[in-house]
Amino acid sequence: MNTKEYIESGVLELYVAGQLSEEENLKVAEYAKLYSDIQKEIEAIEASILALSKTAAPKVNLSFSDVYEKIKNYRDTKVVPINKSALSWSSYMGWAASILLLIGGVYLFNQNEKLQSQIEVVEGQRINLEEQINEAKISLTKSEELLATIRDKNITVIPLGGQEVSPTSYAKAYWNKKEEKLYIDAQGLPEPPDGMVYQVWSLKLNPLTPTSVGLLEDFIEDDNRIFNLTNANTSEAFGITLEPSGGSKSPNLEQLYTLGVVSSS
Amino acid sequence: MQLEELITRFQQKDTFAFERLHAMYAENICGVINTIVKDDNLAQEICQDVFVKVWNSAMSYNSSKGRFFTWIVNIARNAAIDVMRSKNYKNQKKNLSADYFVSILENTTEEEEIDFNTKGLRNLVSKLKEKCIQVIELLYFKGYTQKEVAEELDIPVGTVKTRNRSCISQLRENMK
Repeated sequence: MNTKEYIESGVLELYVAGQLSEEENLKVAEYAKLYSDIQKEIEAIEASILALSKTAAPKVNLSFSDVYEKIKNYRDTKVVPINKSALSWSSYMGWAASILLLIGGVYLFNQNEKLQSQIEVVEGQRINLEEQINEAKISLTKSEELLATIRDKNITVIPLGGQEVSPTSYAKAYWNKKEEKLYIDAQGLPEPPDGMVYQVWSLKLNPLTPTSVGLLEDFIEDDNRIFNLTNANTSEAFGITLEPSGGSKSPNLEQLYTLGVVSSS
Repeated sequence: MQLEELITRFQQKDTFAFERLHAMYAENICGVINTIVKDDNLAQEICQDVFVKVWNSAMSYNSSKGRFFTWIVNIARNAAIDVMRSKNYKNQKKNLSADYFVSILENTTEEEEIDFNTKGLRNLVSKLKEKCIQVIELLYFKGYTQKEVAEELDIPVGTVKTRNRSCISQLRENMK
């Protein structure tokens, strides 16, 4: 580059005057580093302005100590308090924020625990309900099967009336001769005493010949009190006696609770 | 110590370096302020505040802002103009913008003590043509742009740059 031309353009005078843009300032500073002529020229221009400005200097003491005092005062009265209060303010805020965060965290943790246990409880309830629904479904299926059985056209219904031992007792026998199935509805029988069991008998009337059909076992546990038995006999009547548990070979007629005759139709 | 090193140390909050810089530029900076306020005591007070500000904003200086002296002059000029514009000051003093700083030197002639240094400075200025004093004062001390100088002195903008160059050359000649 032609430094002489550059110097004579007057741009360096404007540089010292502060009339250039930041970009131009950087460019000039760059050239000044590269070319000592330019650096010297800048310093000479600045020296002339320094000399000129000095002529207008106030005729008073311009000691550094006054400036230093002001800097110290500025630091003491302004900067430090502002910094202090800014510091403590921000640290208070910091502490407050972290305490709030901690409280919030504990609160959320507790809430989470509560919700977790609630979920467990609800889950347990749900399982219980599902079991109940299943039981209800099974029970319904059984009832439907039972109803279908009772409604079957091949069924003969035999009401069994109460006898001397227990006049208020009653029972019903549903007999499907063809399929050799016998259902006993024992709803009207009292609960048997400990160690005793009801035994169902198929009877032939002439001569009176009893044949054991089966026992009404687990009487107390069975909710609907309907018992499923098999009867291959050509029965003319059905009776129910109370026998020692395990049943007897022949009926104890003194303990005959109910009795009913199969209608001849 | 080189100027660059002084500035670096000053920016690292080295008060010794700052004291050196103050010694280098205080008269000049206070002088520039005085060309605007034309009041020695006021100029002294503003000047102290300017150096406090320079200290507090040390880190904002870099070479994109031009010469270090130019940067401080900018701060000083703005501070002085602020004071001049403040209501307080306007109530006290008339607008003195028409006067050039030569008047400051003329005032000193009335004082009894004129040392050798002051004589030399007076010589420096008195040899300058008036049109040079005007253009230099407006550009360097009052911070006018070239366009504003052209309007103020009623000359073409292109002339400002060349006239400034030749006036500075003359000033440098006078210093020899």
